[in-house]
Amino acid sequence: MPEAPFVVVGASLAGLRAVESARKAGYSGRLLLVGAEEHLPYDRPPLSKAFLDPGDDPAMPHHRTDDELRALDVELRLGVPATALDTDAREIVLGGEEQLRYERLVIATGARARQLPGEQLDGVHTLRTVEDARSIRGALDAGRRMVVVGGGFIGSEVASAARKRNVDVTILEAAPLPLVRAVGEQMAAACADLHARNGTELRCGVSVTGLEGEGRVEGVALSDGSVLPADLVVVGIGADPVTDWLIASGLHVEDGVVCDETLRAGPEVYAAGDVARWHNALFGRTMRLEHWTSAAEQGAAAARNALAPARATPYSAVPYFWSDWYRDKLQMVGITAADEVTVIGDLDDARWLALYRQDDLLVGTLGLNMPGKIMKYRAMIGWRTAWQDALAFAGR
Amino acid sequence: MRIVLDESKCSSLGMCESVAPDFFEVRDDGALELLNPTPPGDQRALMEEAVAACPTSALSIEE
Repeated sequence: MPEAPFVVVGASLAGLRAVESARKAGYSGRLLLVGAEEHLPYDRPPLSKAFLDPGDDPAMPHHRTDDELRALDVELRLGVPATALDTDAREIVLGGEEQLRYERLVIATGARARQLPGEQLDGVHTLRTVEDARSIRGALDAGRRMVVVGGGFIGSEVASAARKRNVDVTILEAAPLPLVRAVGEQMAAACADLHARNGTELRCGVSVTGLEGEGRVEGVALSDGSVLPADLVVVGIGADPVTDWLIASGLHVEDGVVCDETLRAGPEVYAAGDVARWHNALFGRTMRLEHWTSAAEQGAAAARNALAPARATPYSAVPYFWSDWYRDKLQMVGITAADEVTVIGDLDDARWLALYRQDDLLVGTLGLNMPGKIMKYRAMIGWRTAWQDALAFAGR
Repeated sequence: MRIVLDESKCSSLGMCESVAPDFFEVRDDGALELLNPTPPGDQRALMEEAVAACPTSALSIEE
């Protein structure tokens, strides 16, 4: 009987980095990468950005070629979801039937886009996979009137893509302001204002009560009784961690796989990426991040720790995400739970910075078109820089 | 070892600077400056980390 492999479930960025890191750490045994999608690992951030730009169909944004993965001696099981995990037997089930023993396991199954309840009509899309992005590209080429449900980053980026093609867009946000969770209450309005500057209508405080159309969407019914005509609807109302296959696993699942500060979820089991809720010691709290950088770093860290649990090192990081809207770049580092936010610059200008204070520490920074500054603040947050020193650095 | 930047791929996200601020710096106009394009050999692990951290694969190492 062959040795049980090191199994990584989830073949996106975190999973890829896990197998690469395992080899880099010197692991020479069997290594298996399982993915629900049939594709080699590919990059998701471009799907809501450059991938939607007008012009020729873009190439698939693969992270690695087949040959590059072969060179790592990774066995690929793509197009097969993991459907169950038994941590006592150290066994996963693939596709509902095939049992597979593991020696160590990294869970990196990511998240899936939330759907609107009710019947699915043609012309209504979520955006998570490359197939989703291709469908939206095609629909944008043919579309005239788009409604985006949800004023978060995915919705805002898709709205930006639509404006590049002169498709009319309305963004609907159920809350009084969009992006409050992502950038905090104080800065949400300044971000939302970018839509108005670029001719996109943003309607807040309205929710969707239903979709109209026979087989194909024709309109969106709203809680204020009105109906917005639409030939294309993109739903960007968040994503849920893919943990349904873990119900009987014995792992602690609560809005993600709950991990300690080393990303350990259970015996020989670690988690990484969008699915992982871990203790970020730098901020003294648990977090689940849906960010490129944390997926990449956690994937690598989870595999290293899985291979050497006795020498496991904590993973802690200053969260970082970026978003491209129209011709603008928003970048956020740190956390938004703040006692005070100080804006450096003028919010009516094309570039500004916002510094977030908690107690007497700098804990977050949001920048609009400030790429030269944002990483300096990320470093300062990581050093737990005093608020007064951060203000002094900013020239205050 | 030489650090090579593909400017057509770089989108000023700054992860290289975050990993190795003595070697990479994003300027205010978004251009990435290689502060030392030929790092000493003992910096290899750090350079590999910086290259891997780039979300747009804009950096590579040439021997």
